Amino acid sequence: MKSLEELAAIRDKMKNIVNTREADEGNIRVVVGMATCGIAAGARPVLNAFTEEVARRELGNVTVTQTGCIGICQYEPVVEVYQPGKEKVTYVKMTAEKVARVVGEHLVGGKPVDEYTIGAFQK
Amino acid sequence: MQELSMHVLDIAQNSVAAGATRIEISVRIDTAARRLTLVIADNGKGMSEEVRQRVTDPFYTTRTTRKVGLGLPFFAQAAKAAQGSLNITSAPGKGTSVVADFQLGHIDLAPLGDMDGTIVGLIQCNPSLDFSYNVWADGQTFCMDTRELREQLGEVPLSNVQVAVFLRQYLREHTENLLKRSTIL
Repeated sequence: MKSLEELAAIRDKMKNIVNTREADEGNIRVVVGMATCGIAAGARPVLNAFTEEVARRELGNVTVTQTGCIGICQYEPVVEVYQPGKEKVTYVKMTAEKVARVVGEHLVGGKPVDEYTIGAFQK
Repeated sequence: MQELSMHVLDIAQNSVAAGATRIEISVRIDTAARRLTLVIADNGKGMSEEVRQRVTDPFYTTRTTRKVGLGLPFFAQAAKAAQGSLNITSAPGKGTSVVADFQLGHIDLAPLGDMDGTIVGLIQCNPSLDFSYNVWADGQTFCMDTRELREQLGEVPLSNVQVAVFLRQYLREHTENLLKRSTIL
């Protein structure tokens, strides 16, 4: 059984990552819509999948967080990616299955996955 | 909503929006009495009696961007469908408590679902707020409070993804056996 004392190990590990990475790379924010509309459409598994994938790749410069309803409920689950100096990218109809590609190609590779963005859906 | 845990996540978002600094979530499973009780209690800004009476009306909302507010009506519906009820107590300036109860084994009782995901999601996305999570199942208990997590973590925020992954595993190990009692027929 896991015990809360194991958090101390994460604390020690994070010290190193925070020191080496945060200065070099801009902080990326992955924001998942978590209002009633987003939750009902499946936002929680998407949030969880981003968390797992970002943790697995040890991306110290990525924060995964939430926002309320941004007014495009029909496209939920909606995920916005904010990166300093770059335009916001809005992913729509997200699923846990789509997350690995977004993390790999966009958060790591710097190239948004166009086919999952709102632009591709509205065409 | 397919799972009761999704309602809990949704209703707790109301607490966040109400400026709560502490949110207490509890699950109580009493198989002898065949009752499941979910509580979301906060110290947010609370509601007047007039608002409290209207919040389960889907056409009432405090939002100005649209005319419906579906979170509490959905939750009330889920409770009603499983021979239960939704009760809200609130006091302006003090906080709000939402209590939903359900009949265990009822054919229309939605599954509890991923409570771990709900709790960890709330903690991860609101790292500056205090959460407590309590599970009571036929006398067996589990409690977790973000204040004890912070003691271990020092300056590492609760929004850290490694912490979230750890907490999911931690909660699963400690609550799986308790929560599965909610699936009795």
